[in-house]
Amino acid sequence: MSYILDQEQLDGLEEALTTDLMTLGIQSVILIDMAGNVIVNLDDGKVRHDVYSLAALAAGNFGAVSAMASIIGEEEFSLLFHKGKSENINFTKIMDDFLLVSIFGNDVSLGYLRLKIDEVIKKVKVLIEQTRST
Amino acid sequence: MAFINTKTKEVQVKLVFVGPGRGGKTTNLEYIFSRIRHRIESDMVSIKTQGDRTLFFDFLPFELGAIKGYNVKTQLYTVPGQVKYNATRKLVLKGVDGIVFVADSMVDRRENNISALNNLTENLHFYDIDITDLPLVFQYNKRDLATEGIALLDVETMEKDLNAQLKAPSFTASALKGDNVIPTVKKAISKTIVAIREKLL
Repeated sequence: MSYILDQEQLDGLEEALTTDLMTLGIQSVILIDMAGNVIVNLDDGKVRHDVYSLAALAAGNFGAVSAMASIIGEEEFSLLFHKGKSENINFTKIMDDFLLVSIFGNDVSLGYLRLKIDEVIKKVKVLIEQTRST
Repeated sequence: MAFINTKTKEVQVKLVFVGPGRGGKTTNLEYIFSRIRHRIESDMVSIKTQGDRTLFFDFLPFELGAIKGYNVKTQLYTVPGQVKYNATRKLVLKGVDGIVFVADSMVDRRENNISALNNLTENLHFYDIDITDLPLVFQYNKRDLATEGIALLDVETMEKDLNAQLKAPSFTASALKGDNVIPTVKKAISKTIVAIREKLL
């Protein structure tokens, strides 16, 4: 399967992720698909991550955790979060094929971030559902 | 699952190196990385066991240049070859756009090649992909071992074992020495791009 996102969709995704998440003061937000492709990459201008490697690893990591969930009889684990000393990373599945990766510092509350992610996901779903695929 | 970004004029393509354990998949990527590292920003990422075997995957992203105004970002992956790692091998194949099957030319690896190809076919079925529909290139690796007196399968036998029905392009190669590594990956990329272009552009 291949798919195309047009300029309007991508602008909409960037705007939603910027308004709802980047304004919280988080370091970066990356929207990827489960194959590891990068769809939207936003950051605060202070970091320079290797986004493509990060996306490949995030997709692999999420796939591995989902497979573990399945083995123990769970449909999925709802919270996927890694805590570091100063930076943290949160993964949120969007529909079956997309993943939102949020990287943020200790000054941002995980609970509040998750609340905002729930809100933005609704907008992201609407935009992605217009996608042309083959 | 190729992704086409019309805003940045970018196509992202996933090419996966598959084959039996110790067949040379990672060595292929290491050779490609050694040839292109001066012009890419990323490092090659490897998730290995302590024994230096691929546990999950190797990953190497690079830009190929522009085709019809679209910048092509190719992402090369390997899967773990060992039989026991099928769960992670299956995960890496999610969203695959093209395959390089790295077969081991040593006589005693003949069955391993056939098993690995059968396993690939099964794993692709899991994602509702028929192997005959996917861009595929065979590489008969380790041909350099003939000079060390190691018994190798002849190419006709390998073609008959693996490629009789698929009739995909094939290359004899030595990933360790770099012989035919670049032509293999170039062929796989061009087949993949053609397939995507037929579908979308």
